[in-house]
Amino acid sequence: MKCRICGEKASVNMREHKLALCKEHYLEWVPAQTERSIKKYGLFTHNEKILVAVSGGKDSLSLWDILQCLGYQVEGLYICLGIDEGISYSGESQRLAEKFAAEHNLKLHVVNIQTEYGATIPRITQETHRGRIKPCSVCGLIKRHVMNQITRDLGFDVLATGHNLDDEAAVLFGNTLTWAGEYLLRQGPILPGNPGLARKVKPLCRLYEREMLAYALLRGIEYIYEECPYSIGSTSIYYKELLNRLENDRPGAKLTYYLSFLEARKTGLFTEREKIQAELHLCPQCGQPTSAPELCSFCRMMERIIPMSFSNR
Amino acid sequence: MVKLILRNKEYEVRSGMTLLDALKKTNILPEGVVATRNGELIEEDEILKEGEIIKLVAAISGG
Repeated sequence: MKCRICGEKASVNMREHKLALCKEHYLEWVPAQTERSIKKYGLFTHNEKILVAVSGGKDSLSLWDILQCLGYQVEGLYICLGIDEGISYSGESQRLAEKFAAEHNLKLHVVNIQTEYGATIPRITQETHRGRIKPCSVCGLIKRHVMNQITRDLGFDVLATGHNLDDEAAVLFGNTLTWAGEYLLRQGPILPGNPGLARKVKPLCRLYEREMLAYALLRGIEYIYEECPYSIGSTSIYYKELLNRLENDRPGAKLTYYLSFLEARKTGLFTEREKIQAELHLCPQCGQPTSAPELCSFCRMMERIIPMSFSNR
Repeated sequence: MVKLILRNKEYEVRSGMTLLDALKKTNILPEGVVATRNGELIEEDEILKEGEIIKLVAAISGG
């Protein structure tokens, strides 16, 4: 297989685009595609300060790499969740995030959940009724809260995450299985900022997970290969596997699925957005938006778990 | 024979077939992996040679 641009041996073949590229041209193509999404969806500009949420995985480290290569003002945020489970998952993730930052002379902000709130994610999960069955929901809630808080506190204009097309297609698949209207309204490359809520963007939303993996490997980015021990057997991974079977038979199916959803919403498939936004309130404790005029989910949960340390903050 | 390694699992296929055929034979979806040989990425039409070790890197991640 030959590179379409130079005719040299191809390193990556993208059946979804009918495009094969050599290493050199692939490493130009991925940032160009990312820039295209940034402009197409109006995610941010070169004048804005961007905080990238870095997990130590291939997608977020690659996103950080791409944005700094494209010349954006970008810093990283690593949240240490305190997940060990015999493989030192958080410790190794943090080491790789710090290594990447040091090698590229980039600034990484680190928030340690145990230091900040007195307990790790597994401990909080054990302690809450909410988390006994499904730790991922507690983890997601805490990460969203901290990411938003740090983005605002440190004066960043926007928070960028490394969600790729497969992540987005899997979430969309889950939401359409149950026609989760409110979630469908919010899903997209950009979630505009509101009072108390930082703008959130997903510059990799049109890039396949396999494409991001190839980018990380070709760029020599060292990332955590092990999955989060709590994600094994998760619904999102199951959906990704199902969609990959579809993609295997019909190349481009995942991209079409996601892009046609965005197009359908843009042309009026969903129209309740203004109504939902108008119903948001600010949490009296942390100031972040919440759907009810009382403490937000994060503050309610943390007060139940560690009332002393939390109320002293 | 050619050895394919995916996470902690090993598979053996006959040499002379393409990577795509080897993946089909071992029921591994091409969409879910990137294949490497001696650290270099290889594509589906690559003919696998006797004694080679192909490392498959899983694309799907969660967490």
